[in-house]
Amino acid sequence: MEFNYDVVVVGGGPAGLGAAAKAKESGLKVAILERNFELGGILNQCIHSGFGLGYFGEDLTGPEYSERFIDLINEQDIEILLNTMVIEITSDREITAVNKNGLLKIKAGAIILAMGCRERTRGAIKIPGSRPSGVFTAGQAQRYMNLENLKPGKKVVILGSGDIGLIMARRMTLEGIKVLGVYELMPYANGLQRNIKQCLDDFKIPLHLSTTVIDIIGKNRLEAVIVAQVDEKGNPIEGTEEKIECDTLLLSTGLIPENELSVKTGIILNKLTNGPLVNANLETNIRGIFACGNALHVHDLVDYVTKEAELAGQKAADFVRGKTSLSENIEVTPGENVRYTVPNYIPTHIDGAIKLYFRVTKPIESGRIVVKANGKTIFTGKEDAFKPSEMMIFYLTPKVVAENLSDLTVAIKEEK
Amino acid sequence: MNSEILVCIICPKACILNIEMENEKIISILGNKCKRGVDYAEKELTNPERALSSTVLIKGGVLPLLPVRSSKALPKDSLIKVMEVIDKTEVVAPVKIGDIIVKNVSNLGVDIIASRSMRKVI
Repeated sequence: MEFNYDVVVVGGGPAGLGAAAKAKESGLKVAILERNFELGGILNQCIHSGFGLGYFGEDLTGPEYSERFIDLINEQDIEILLNTMVIEITSDREITAVNKNGLLKIKAGAIILAMGCRERTRGAIKIPGSRPSGVFTAGQAQRYMNLENLKPGKKVVILGSGDIGLIMARRMTLEGIKVLGVYELMPYANGLQRNIKQCLDDFKIPLHLSTTVIDIIGKNRLEAVIVAQVDEKGNPIEGTEEKIECDTLLLSTGLIPENELSVKTGIILNKLTNGPLVNANLETNIRGIFACGNALHVHDLVDYVTKEAELAGQKAADFVRGKTSLSENIEVTPGENVRYTVPNYIPTHIDGAIKLYFRVTKPIESGRIVVKANGKTIFTGKEDAFKPSEMMIFYLTPKVVAENLSDLTVAIKEEK
Repeated sequence: MNSEILVCIICPKACILNIEMENEKIISILGNKCKRGVDYAEKELTNPERALSSTVLIKGGVLPLLPVRSSKALPKDSLIKVMEVIDKTEVVAPVKIGDIIVKNVSNLGVDIIASRSMRKVI
């Protein structure tokens, strides 16, 4: 079967929903391709609250946040193809997908990549030891408990202090599962401070920093893990090993943007984020293909995902209507203490401010944003605190960009 | 006079609040970037509250579980008691978002409500 749409969105999670709703405002023919049996993406299993504070000014749970957008999408004439898996995207914007009707060929005026991200697994972080059952990623355990009514185990150790692991520590405790502790390789916590407090401290679950799991023991089911403290380089310190008996190990050790499709299309990824390199329109190196949400870079708040997706939706619609032109771009690169920036390219002439997202490489108690062009400082920000767990936003103004036609570096200068 | 340090959990900014107290009354708060920090500190030091989310069994729905939440924050020390009620609750599809699942749970003046709609399996 063959189809034609102006804008096709790959993925029906928060990014896809936000992008599709925005693209539809321009009156175009829009479709969402979603591999699950329903829309909403990962939000459907994030039953805790804390979503929507930025976007709606309300404290919502994940399913509540997604249902608002699903209702909005359903009210409009947007084609929704569920249980549909995209298997290929060509650089001239032809999509191949499969569902129970067979193979679909879809021609798109513009494509928005909104596939989200996946969790880092045991293989990705290379924990040695035997391979018993009982080792799960935190999101997998969340799915079991919140969607499938399955109990992952009885005595749990959590490796990594990412937000999903913290949320799961509370969720499991409230369901009567014993959470023995959270172990974090880094000397600081990775999740949001509010989650450390209300998910660990409230239930007296200990957080062990600079500590990691170095061995997994168990024949059929997990029986114990060996933890050890690590030095500044992350290497285990001899003599600090401790055996902890448990039947479950949850990994909350980070997320990776999902871009297998993008790579096959010829889209160039940013090695620092694993998401596509994009310009200020969130357009990839292939004209007419845009990216947003966790497929572009991992966000800590869905509110930012929605905002970013709306920009991608708007720009994709503009592209279809011939309202965007190729402009000369300058590169934005991360400087000292900055891990990455999104976007990576900005035009030499901009009308309004450009939102620049970035993350720092380490916690900085007091520092200032410094933007440089050709080694010359052109902007210095106010003194502020920075945490790697917190995505920061900086507005590049037309004044800063227009006066500097060379590539920009964004850094954080530490104040002693 | 004594002082307390609290991390505000109202929003992801996580302001560190430095609180001066006298006779169990707050006399000054420093470090909050908005007014909600003051309300939070007062509640947290007198009668701490937490929002609660969980799931209940649902019969005939597209999924075996329905996500639910407390309509307002609950006293922090009531969470386990409320979880026991939630664990024993079962509903039947269809359910609309916001439907009351348990009215006035444990006589706390707070309802447990559905946090998504769930249609019936056809």
